[in-house]
Amino acid sequence: MSTMPATFELDKKHGGGGPTLPPRRGGGGGESRSSSDGTPDFRDRLQRYRLGVCVGLIGVSMVFIGLTSAYVVRQGASTIDPNTGFYSNDWRPMTLPVAALGLNTALLLLSSIALELSRRSLKRQYAVAEAVGEGQAPAPPWLAVSVVLGIGFLVGQVFVWNQLRAHGVYISTNPSSSFFYILTVLHAIHLAGGMAALLYAEGTELLHRSVAKRLLVVDVTSIYWHFMAVLWVYIFVLLQFVK
Amino acid sequence: MAEHNEHAGHEHGAPTGFIRKYIFSLDHKVIGLQYYFLALASVFIGMLLSLLMRIHLIWPTAHIPLMGEIKPEMYLTLLTMHGTFMVFFVLTTAPQSGFGNYFLPIQIGAPDMAFPVLNMLSFWTTFVAFLVMIAAFFVEGGAPLHGWTGYAPLSAIPSAGPGETLGADLWIISIAIFCIASLMGALNFITTILDLRCKGMSLMRMPLTCWAWFITAILGLLAFGVLLSAGILLLADRNLGTSFFVPGGLVVNGTQIQHKGGSPLLWQHLFWFFGHPEVYIAILPGMGVASQLLSTFSRKPIFGYKAMVYAIVGIGVLGFFVWGHHMFMSGMSPYSAFAFSLMTMAIGVPSAIKTFNWLGTIWRGRVQFDSPMLFAVGFVSLFVSGGLSGPFLAQPLLDIYLHDTFFVVAHFHLIMGVAAIFGIFAATYYWFPKMFGRMMNEPMAQAHFWLTLIGTYAIFMPMHYEGMAARPRRYSQLTEVAWLQHLMPVEKFVTYAAFITIAAQFIFVFNLFWSMFKGQRATDNPWHSTTLEWTTATPPVHDNFGCKTPVVYHGPYEYSVPGAPNDYVMQTDPTPHGGHVPKEDKPLEAE
Repeated sequence: MSTMPATFELDKKHGGGGPTLPPRRGGGGGESRSSSDGTPDFRDRLQRYRLGVCVGLIGVSMVFIGLTSAYVVRQGASTIDPNTGFYSNDWRPMTLPVAALGLNTALLLLSSIALELSRRSLKRQYAVAEAVGEGQAPAPPWLAVSVVLGIGFLVGQVFVWNQLRAHGVYISTNPSSSFFYILTVLHAIHLAGGMAALLYAEGTELLHRSVAKRLLVVDVTSIYWHFMAVLWVYIFVLLQFVK
Repeated sequence: MAEHNEHAGHEHGAPTGFIRKYIFSLDHKVIGLQYYFLALASVFIGMLLSLLMRIHLIWPTAHIPLMGEIKPEMYLTLLTMHGTFMVFFVLTTAPQSGFGNYFLPIQIGAPDMAFPVLNMLSFWTTFVAFLVMIAAFFVEGGAPLHGWTGYAPLSAIPSAGPGETLGADLWIISIAIFCIASLMGALNFITTILDLRCKGMSLMRMPLTCWAWFITAILGLLAFGVLLSAGILLLADRNLGTSFFVPGGLVVNGTQIQHKGGSPLLWQHLFWFFGHPEVYIAILPGMGVASQLLSTFSRKPIFGYKAMVYAIVGIGVLGFFVWGHHMFMSGMSPYSAFAFSLMTMAIGVPSAIKTFNWLGTIWRGRVQFDSPMLFAVGFVSLFVSGGLSGPFLAQPLLDIYLHDTFFVVAHFHLIMGVAAIFGIFAATYYWFPKMFGRMMNEPMAQAHFWLTLIGTYAIFMPMHYEGMAARPRRYSQLTEVAWLQHLMPVEKFVTYAAFITIAAQFIFVFNLFWSMFKGQRATDNPWHSTTLEWTTATPPVHDNFGCKTPVVYHGPYEYSVPGAPNDYVMQTDPTPHGGHVPKEDKPLEAE
């Protein structure tokens, strides 16, 4: 018995995308799962938010890539010294308060680890909730630990800025200090944004929101937070070793 | 229409109150219109400023109502703000954020953008940037005069001139806010395209408009971050005593500046790393619209769909390696200049592919010259006319002569400015029936087209010759210069042409608003197009497809399909030939 072929091929000269039937499942976004109230399924939302954060982080990276290129170019730039009339380079390498910054780095990395533990714990909770329903024992307070360590980092950065100012190192002192303040302050502003998200996640926990909602916030924020930790290490290495 | 009987996954219900429906709306269609009307307001501000410049260039002592005589520094302010409004708030806003917001989700079969709240924030952040930019006109000293490129050290020193105090700060802050808004928008576009395409809408089945918006969003994501970083450094130079861009020993208005060691070229590098991709941010959506319209109104499939996609990607990629051609005058190493020159001329390859395919698309087609098609053809014409002067400017030796002349003004206005504007017009005339449920008045549209096309060429073609005759740009008053006297008749001709062309735009605006209320009622698919927006209600309902998501079976340009009863096959048509099953495709009888 011969039946209708499973696929039809139109003449290739027609259309741009190749009119093959049936459509490739998932090739175009695929099927969207939804809950009864019409909102997208948790996994769809998680995938979308993760993608959004990753794309957004590319934009953030470009800000710091731009600053890095400026850092390198400005370091090598030489212009006429108005006092001597000769070309000179006014870049003076800056001595960083390595101990304090190292401690801050440790705090941020530990915060990142704590957030990852919180995410994994919530993921397990979500799996259990999916199987047997919500209401199991509360998870360890890794999220709170992460928040505290993150605040510790920000406070530590303020301490470093104050310490430098006390030693007469201001943003206008030298191009190297200018870049130090701009890079660290911009990083801190980005981190503060992440902190706001973490505090929101903490709020969802205190308000006993569903595990799915908490996991969504924590999972997506953790991508951002880990990136900020790596970005900080990059900035620290840049400032310390590319002088 | 084939559809998928599942919830569309819409995260927000239809709003009921006026504020949530029209002001702080989460609906991508309303947000798209908000962007569109913001761009419309901006384009009239930009046009007014350009008209004042044209008046000043031939009647330098003319008394302008409310302004008096235009002084040289005021001319520079007009120049700066004209470029700023046009580039940022028109060419970046309308084609991508306006039409992209409205039609991208519908064309890929999504109920909305991926992040509706972020989308709303993106528009209102842009609006704040617009207000801050407007505020620069009204502060002490007025708006800045450092050009839309914000070249340091002029832009970095408050004492450099009127407008360089608070006005310049507001300019930089506005641009920084605009960068943040654009980054949010780009994030949303990319996520929407990657994650929300309906079933069957593979990347290679997307309309070329979507490909253009996709690549434009990627360009925006990579470029605006760098401009933001440059803006932060510039603000620090102006207000915090740093010296990123201001060299030592600079004497401005008789006073030695305290900065030392900075590099003005560093600003140019950072700015043009953004600035050149910005050219493609402005023009790529127009290319997408032109492709869509040339195919639709020629009743032919687009010629070389895949080549068109690869050309868009190629232009986007190459666009990041050519910023140095804006700086041949800066004394860069000849080796660098050679590399930038080579890369710049390489962009001619994908551009030529696109032009060839556009011509191939209309070749022997059943071309219908409705107003959208006229503007699409006009787009191609302007793109070619403006593009042909590109290879001249891409060569350092020629550029050094031509760079500071009107030749460059003519070049970038044709290819970036007016071509992109023609893309906006084409999109407006094409999608107006879907957006407002009525047709635009065709005789008015035709009059608008011919006046604008002829007017545009009358303005910008003579500028090429003025440039070759060494008429410099950026100078406020050259009416007394002896060796430019022979160009004055040309200058006058250009100004008269500008008057007529700007007047013609009022036909468009009248047609736009008149047709919204009085235009002939539109059917759901008045142009017999194949893409998904033409399967929706007119105007589309809140979630676009009425709680259902479409399923796509075909590419976007199935025109003149043999055997198809309507000569075209909708993307959602589940049958192979648009409802008509040819003999050879019929199921065979059981043997």
